[in-house]
Amino acid sequence: MTQPTFDSLTVGDEIPTLTTHPVSRHTLALYCGASGDHNPIHVDLDFAKSSGLDDVIAHGMLSAGYLAQMLTNWVDQTAVRSFKNRFTAMTQIGDCVICSGKIVEKFEEDGEKFVRLELQTNTSKGQTILAEAVVVLA
Amino acid sequence: MIDKKHIGYNFTAVTVPVEEGRLRFLAKSLGESRGIYSNPDAAKAAGLPGLLAPPTFPFMLEIDALDLVDFIELLGEPLQKLLHGEENFSYYSPIYAGDIITVRKKITDIIDKKGGSLQFVISDNTFTNQDGVIVAETRTNYVFRHQ
Repeated sequence: MTQPTFDSLTVGDEIPTLTTHPVSRHTLALYCGASGDHNPIHVDLDFAKSSGLDDVIAHGMLSAGYLAQMLTNWVDQTAVRSFKNRFTAMTQIGDCVICSGKIVEKFEEDGEKFVRLELQTNTSKGQTILAEAVVVLA
Repeated sequence: MIDKKHIGYNFTAVTVPVEEGRLRFLAKSLGESRGIYSNPDAAKAAGLPGLLAPPTFPFMLEIDALDLVDFIELLGEPLQKLLHGEENFSYYSPIYAGDIITVRKKITDIIDKKGGSLQFVISDNTFTNQDGVIVAETRTNYVFRHQ
Protein backbone atom coordinates (compact mmCIF):
# COMPACT_ATOMS: atom_id res chain seq x y z
CA MET A 1 0.00 0.00 0.00
CA THR A 2 1.43 3.37 -0.98
CA GLN A 3 1.35 5.71 1.98
CA PRO A 4 0.21 9.31 1.60
CA THR A 5 2.91 11.87 2.37
CA PHE A 6 2.55 15.14 4.24
CA ASP A 7 3.76 17.24 1.31
CA SER A 8 1.39 15.57 -1.17
CA LEU A 9 -1.71 16.54 0.82
CA THR A 10 -3.70 19.77 0.82
CA VAL A 11 -6.38 20.92 3.24
CA GLY A 12 -9.69 20.00 1.63
CA ASP A 13 -8.40 16.79 0.02
CA GLU A 14 -10.82 13.90 0.37
CA ILE A 15 -9.69 10.34 1.10
CA PRO A 16 -11.22 7.32 -0.70
CA THR A 17 -14.72 6.57 0.60
CA LEU A 18 -16.11 3.23 1.77
CA THR A 19 -19.75 2.14 1.49
CA THR A 20 -21.00 -1.03 3.17
CA HIS A 21 -23.67 -3.54 2.28
CA PRO A 22 -27.01 -2.89 3.98
CA VAL A 23 -26.78 -3.58 7.72
CA SER A 24 -28.77 -6.76 8.46
CA ARG A 25 -29.90 -8.41 11.68
CA HIS A 26 -27.24 -11.02 10.97
CA THR A 27 -24.57 -8.29 10.83
CA LEU A 28 -25.70 -7.07 14.26
CA ALA A 29 -25.79 -10.59 15.72
CA LEU A 30 -22.21 -11.23 14.56
CA TYR A 31 -21.03 -7.86 15.84
CA CYS A 32 -22.79 -8.40 19.18
CA GLY A 33 -20.88 -11.62 19.72
CA ALA A 34 -17.54 -10.51 18.30
CA SER A 35 -17.38 -7.08 19.91
CA GLY A 36 -18.67 -8.22 23.30
CA ASP A 37 -21.27 -5.43 23.25
CA HIS A 38 -24.22 -7.56 24.33
CA ASN A 39 -26.66 -4.69 24.87
CA PRO A 40 -29.94 -6.30 23.73
CA ILE A 41 -31.09 -3.06 22.08
CA HIS A 42 -29.05 -4.19 19.03
CA VAL A 43 -30.39 -7.72 18.64
CA ASP A 44 -33.60 -8.19 20.65
CA LEU A 45 -36.69 -6.62 19.08
CA ASP A 46 -38.74 -7.00 22.27
CA PHE A 47 -36.11 -5.15 24.27
CA ALA A 48 -35.80 -2.42 21.61
CA LYS A 49 -39.58 -1.87 21.74
CA SER A 50 -39.43 -1.67 25.54
CA SER A 51 -36.83 1.11 25.04
CA GLY A 52 -39.31 3.09 22.94
CA LEU A 53 -37.84 2.16 19.56
CA ASP A 54 -39.66 0.63 16.59
CA ASP A 55 -36.86 -1.82 15.85
CA VAL A 56 -33.34 -2.79 16.90
CA ILE A 57 -30.62 -0.27 16.05
CA ALA A 58 -27.06 -0.89 14.88
CA HIS A 59 -24.17 -0.53 17.31
CA GLY A 60 -22.58 2.89 16.94
CA MET A 61 -19.22 1.15 17.21
CA LEU A 62 -20.05 -0.97 14.15
CA SER A 63 -20.18 2.19 12.04
CA ALA A 64 -17.03 3.44 13.81
CA GLY A 65 -15.40 0.14 12.84
CA TYR A 66 -16.27 0.74 9.18
CA LEU A 67 -14.95 4.30 9.46
CA ALA A 68 -11.68 2.97 10.89
CA GLN A 69 -11.49 0.54 7.97
CA MET A 70 -11.75 3.42 5.51
CA LEU A 71 -9.00 5.25 7.39
CA THR A 72 -6.65 2.25 7.48
CA ASN A 73 -7.29 1.57 3.80
CA TRP A 74 -5.72 4.99 3.26
CA VAL A 75 -2.89 4.96 5.80
CA ASP A 76 -1.19 2.30 7.95
CA GLN A 77 -2.97 1.90 11.28
CA THR A 78 0.25 2.60 13.20
CA ALA A 79 0.18 6.17 11.79
CA VAL A 80 -3.19 6.87 13.44
CA ARG A 81 -2.63 8.71 16.72
CA SER A 82 -6.21 9.50 17.66
CA PHE A 83 -9.74 8.68 16.48
CA LYS A 84 -12.67 10.45 18.11
CA ASN A 85 -16.27 9.48 17.38
CA ARG A 86 -19.47 11.31 18.26
CA PHE A 87 -22.60 9.30 17.55
CA THR A 88 -25.11 11.79 16.14
CA ALA A 89 -27.98 9.56 14.97
CA MET A 90 -29.04 5.93 14.96
CA THR A 91 -28.36 3.47 12.14
CA GLN A 92 -31.30 1.25 11.23
CA ILE A 93 -31.63 -2.20 9.70
CA GLY A 94 -31.22 -1.95 5.94
CA ASP A 95 -29.07 1.18 6.02
CA CYS A 96 -25.83 1.25 4.05
CA VAL A 97 -23.05 2.99 5.98
CA ILE A 98 -21.28 5.57 3.81
CA CYS A 99 -17.86 6.54 5.21
CA SER A 100 -16.04 9.67 4.06
CA GLY A 101 -13.27 11.96 5.20
CA LYS A 102 -11.22 14.99 4.30
CA ILE A 103 -8.08 16.77 5.45
CA VAL A 104 -8.96 19.79 7.59
CA GLU A 105 -5.54 20.75 9.01
CA LYS A 106 -1.82 20.16 8.48
CA PHE A 107 0.52 20.87 11.37
CA GLU A 108 3.95 20.10 12.80
CA GLU A 109 4.64 19.37 16.45
CA ASP A 110 7.79 18.15 18.23
CA GLY A 111 9.47 17.52 14.87
CA GLU A 112 6.65 15.33 13.52
CA LYS A 113 4.20 16.10 10.71
CA PHE A 114 0.49 15.52 11.19
CA VAL A 115 -2.78 15.88 9.34
CA ARG A 116 -6.14 16.19 11.02
CA LEU A 117 -9.09 14.64 9.22
CA GLU A 118 -12.78 15.23 9.64
CA LEU A 119 -14.57 11.94 9.11
CA GLN A 120 -18.20 11.00 9.00
CA THR A 121 -20.59 8.17 8.43
CA ASN A 122 -23.91 8.77 6.76
CA THR A 123 -26.91 6.69 5.84
CA SER A 124 -29.48 7.70 3.24
CA LYS A 125 -31.26 9.57 6.08
CA GLY A 126 -28.27 11.67 7.15
CA GLN A 127 -25.18 11.76 9.33
CA THR A 128 -24.70 9.09 12.01
CA ILE A 129 -21.12 9.74 13.21
CA LEU A 130 -19.06 12.89 13.21
CA ALA A 131 -15.44 11.91 13.83
CA GLU A 132 -11.93 13.26 13.81
CA ALA A 133 -8.59 11.54 13.37
CA VAL A 134 -4.99 12.72 13.70
CA VAL A 135 -2.45 10.88 11.55
CA VAL A 136 1.35 11.18 11.55
CA LEU A 137 2.97 11.23 8.10
CA ALA A 138 6.45 11.21 6.64
CA MET B 1 -31.16 10.72 38.02
CA ILE B 2 -27.66 9.37 38.42
CA ASP B 3 -26.00 10.44 41.66
CA LYS B 4 -22.86 12.51 41.13
CA LYS B 5 -21.23 10.70 44.04
CA HIS B 6 -20.05 8.24 41.37
CA ILE B 7 -17.63 10.81 39.91
CA GLY B 8 -14.14 9.50 40.67
CA TYR B 9 -15.27 5.89 40.97
CA ASN B 10 -12.53 3.44 39.97
CA PHE B 11 -13.65 0.07 38.66
CA THR B 12 -11.52 -2.93 39.58
CA ALA B 13 -8.69 -3.29 37.04
CA VAL B 14 -9.15 -6.31 34.78
CA THR B 15 -6.49 -8.12 32.75
CA VAL B 16 -7.65 -9.53 29.42
CA PRO B 17 -5.75 -11.74 26.94
CA VAL B 18 -6.08 -10.66 23.30
CA GLU B 19 -7.15 -13.87 21.59
CA GLU B 20 -6.47 -14.61 17.92
CA GLY B 21 -9.92 -16.19 17.48
CA ARG B 22 -11.59 -13.08 18.88
CA LEU B 23 -9.78 -10.85 16.39
CA ARG B 24 -10.69 -13.17 13.51
CA PHE B 25 -14.35 -13.15 14.57
CA LEU B 26 -14.28 -9.38 14.87
CA ALA B 27 -12.77 -9.06 11.38
CA LYS B 28 -15.51 -11.31 10.04
CA SER B 29 -18.24 -9.27 11.72
CA LEU B 30 -16.85 -6.07 10.16
CA GLY B 31 -16.39 -7.57 6.69
CA GLU B 32 -12.63 -7.04 7.13
CA SER B 33 -10.68 -9.33 4.80
CA ARG B 34 -7.20 -7.79 4.91
CA GLY B 35 -4.72 -10.41 6.07
CA ILE B 36 -3.07 -8.45 8.89
CA TYR B 37 -6.49 -8.33 10.63
CA SER B 38 -7.93 -11.70 9.65
CA ASN B 39 -5.23 -14.23 8.72
CA PRO B 40 -2.50 -15.05 11.28
CA ASP B 41 -0.15 -16.38 8.58
CA ALA B 42 -0.50 -13.18 6.56
CA ALA B 43 0.15 -11.10 9.68
CA LYS B 44 3.35 -13.07 10.40
CA ALA B 45 4.40 -12.76 6.73
CA ALA B 46 3.95 -8.99 7.08
CA GLY B 47 6.44 -9.06 9.96
CA LEU B 48 3.86 -8.61 12.75
CA PRO B 49 3.95 -10.68 15.96
CA GLY B 50 0.32 -11.68 15.40
CA LEU B 51 -2.99 -10.38 14.09
CA LEU B 52 -3.27 -6.60 14.47
CA ALA B 53 -6.17 -5.44 16.64
CA PRO B 54 -8.18 -2.82 14.69
CA PRO B 55 -8.52 0.81 15.87
CA THR B 56 -11.84 0.23 17.65
CA PHE B 57 -10.55 -2.79 19.61
CA PRO B 58 -9.79 -0.96 22.89
CA PHE B 59 -13.56 -0.39 23.20
CA MET B 60 -14.04 -4.16 23.20
CA LEU B 61 -11.44 -4.60 25.94
CA GLU B 62 -13.33 -1.92 27.83
CA ILE B 63 -16.51 -4.01 27.58
CA ASP B 64 -14.65 -7.19 28.54
CA ALA B 65 -13.41 -5.43 31.65
CA LEU B 66 -16.83 -4.19 32.71
CA ASP B 67 -20.12 -5.91 32.02
CA LEU B 68 -22.77 -3.38 30.99
CA VAL B 69 -25.21 -4.84 33.48
CA ASP B 70 -22.77 -4.23 36.35
CA PHE B 71 -22.17 -0.70 35.06
CA ILE B 72 -25.80 0.31 34.98
CA GLU B 73 -26.53 -1.42 38.30
CA LEU B 74 -23.83 0.73 39.88
CA LEU B 75 -25.50 3.83 38.45
CA GLY B 76 -28.98 2.64 39.40
CA GLU B 77 -30.59 3.13 35.99
CA PRO B 78 -32.27 0.66 33.62
CA LEU B 79 -30.33 -0.44 30.54
CA GLN B 80 -33.20 0.83 28.35
CA LYS B 81 -32.09 4.42 28.99
CA LEU B 82 -28.52 3.92 27.77
CA LEU B 83 -27.10 5.14 24.45
CA HIS B 84 -23.49 5.47 23.33
CA GLY B 85 -22.65 9.15 22.90
CA GLU B 86 -18.94 9.28 22.14
CA GLU B 87 -15.93 6.98 21.92
CA ASN B 88 -12.56 8.69 21.67
CA PHE B 89 -9.29 6.78 21.19
CA SER B 90 -5.67 7.84 21.65
CA TYR B 91 -3.09 5.37 20.38
CA TYR B 92 0.47 4.96 21.64
CA SER B 93 1.45 1.46 20.49
CA PRO B 94 -0.24 -1.34 18.50
CA ILE B 95 -2.14 -4.22 20.13
CA TYR B 96 -1.56 -7.73 18.72
CA ALA B 97 -3.03 -11.17 19.27
CA GLY B 98 -1.15 -12.71 22.17
CA ASP B 99 -0.89 -9.47 24.13
CA ILE B 100 -2.27 -9.31 27.65
CA ILE B 101 -3.93 -5.99 28.38
CA THR B 102 -4.86 -4.53 31.74
CA VAL B 103 -7.86 -2.20 31.58
CA ARG B 104 -8.34 0.55 34.14
CA LYS B 105 -11.65 2.40 34.04
CA LYS B 106 -12.73 5.44 36.02
CA ILE B 107 -15.84 7.61 35.99
CA THR B 108 -14.46 11.13 35.55
CA ASP B 109 -17.61 13.23 35.12
CA ILE B 110 -21.41 13.17 35.19
CA ILE B 111 -23.02 16.04 33.30
CA ASP B 112 -26.69 17.04 33.23
CA LYS B 113 -28.03 18.16 29.84
CA LYS B 114 -31.34 19.61 28.68
CA GLY B 115 -32.59 20.35 32.18
CA GLY B 116 -31.72 16.85 33.39
CA SER B 117 -33.64 14.95 30.70
CA LEU B 118 -30.24 13.67 29.54
CA GLN B 119 -27.19 12.78 31.60
CA PHE B 120 -23.71 12.12 30.24
CA VAL B 121 -21.51 9.73 32.21
CA ILE B 122 -17.88 10.15 31.14
CA SER B 123 -15.34 7.43 31.75
CA ASP B 124 -11.60 7.51 31.11
CA ASN B 125 -9.92 4.20 30.38
CA THR B 126 -6.27 3.17 30.19
CA PHE B 127 -4.92 0.07 28.46
CA THR B 128 -1.53 -1.29 29.54
CA ASN B 129 0.17 -4.28 27.91
CA GLN B 130 2.19 -7.14 29.41
CA ASP B 131 5.39 -5.05 29.15
CA GLY B 132 3.90 -2.23 31.21
CA VAL B 133 3.47 0.00 28.14
CA ILE B 134 0.32 2.14 27.93
CA VAL B 135 -0.86 1.21 24.44
CA ALA B 136 -4.07 3.25 24.30
CA GLU B 137 -6.45 5.46 26.23
CA THR B 138 -10.13 6.01 25.59
CA ARG B 139 -12.79 8.41 26.77
CA THR B 140 -16.34 7.11 26.65
CA ASN B 141 -19.52 9.16 26.92
CA TYR B 142 -22.54 7.10 28.01
CA VAL B 143 -25.81 8.93 27.44
CA PHE B 144 -28.78 8.21 29.70
CA ARG B 145 -32.20 9.32 28.43
CA HIS B 146 -34.49 10.06 31.36
CA GLN B 147 -37.52 10.93 29.19
